[in-house]
Amino acid sequence: MTPSEFMELVTPFKDKVFRLAKRLLISTEEAEDATQEVMLKLWSAKNKIGSYRSVEAFAMTMTRNFCLDRLKSKQSGNLKLVHSNYSDPSASLQKEVEAKDSLGWVRQIMDELPEQQRMVLQLRDVEDYEFEEIEALLDMKPTAVRVTLSRARKAVREKLIEKHRYGIG
Amino acid sequence: MELDKINQLLEKYFEATATEAEERELRDYFAKGPVAPYHEAYAPMFSYFSEAGKERYTKQVPLKTRSRSYGWVSIAAAAVLMIGLYFGKQARDQREAEIAYQETRKALGLIAQNLDRGTEKVAYLGQFEQTKKKLLNND
Repeated sequence: MTPSEFMELVTPFKDKVFRLAKRLLISTEEAEDATQEVMLKLWSAKNKIGSYRSVEAFAMTMTRNFCLDRLKSKQSGNLKLVHSNYSDPSASLQKEVEAKDSLGWVRQIMDELPEQQRMVLQLRDVEDYEFEEIEALLDMKPTAVRVTLSRARKAVREKLIEKHRYGIG
Repeated sequence: MELDKINQLLEKYFEATATEAEERELRDYFAKGPVAPYHEAYAPMFSYFSEAGKERYTKQVPLKTRSRSYGWVSIAAAAVLMIGLYFGKQARDQREAEIAYQETRKALGLIAQNLDRGTEKVAYLGQFEQTKKKLLNND
């Protein structure tokens, strides 16, 4: 497989990989690293790629596992990285603008949700994956997906209404 | 669209019991607007979700085209080095042998020269012997 053929194969979902990574890791830089890592892993497995039912599903599962590992190793280590300390020069202006409106609130609210809820919400409401796909990707039972999704949505709603009431996030 | 239906859909949405089609309907309602004032509180959620899906990964992935010939190159390089060392050593040995040969030749030549000089002197001895024999025979 040539690099251009490979890029053609991954282009439809590489943004989804990046967005899921960013949802979990929050920092743009770390999400970019994770995406690159996932792509390189796929590239090195390119000879086996044909045998996977869906390369996209495989990539998404890989992204989830990679990011969760990242988060776990970060928590277990003595070094605690606080995401809000990162400065992201390219996005800072955009964030500043965004944070002032309610869209930014939703992002902030989502960043505070438990990882599982964040993932379900990302896959269902942002990426529009079907329930069955989400079950497979996250290795969850159908009812578990629904329960997690419901909790996540309600949490966002509650906090959003709270913020609305107090005016400023 | 009737508010009643949207309310129902919203309820199902938050209980996560809506079907994919129903959720799509709800999303369309918030995307197209205008939204009833009663539903405005939910609007940021839906507009954020559709915004968040637009973020792109813009970095290039550095794909290394590490073909199999790479391995062969290192083997070939090792072989060339070994052959080079082998022949290099051989040539050096040969040159050393040549020098040793020349030195030996010189030394042997020197010996031969001196030996020649020696035998010249010995020739006088032969003369002496002959004279001695002559004298003895005359007796």
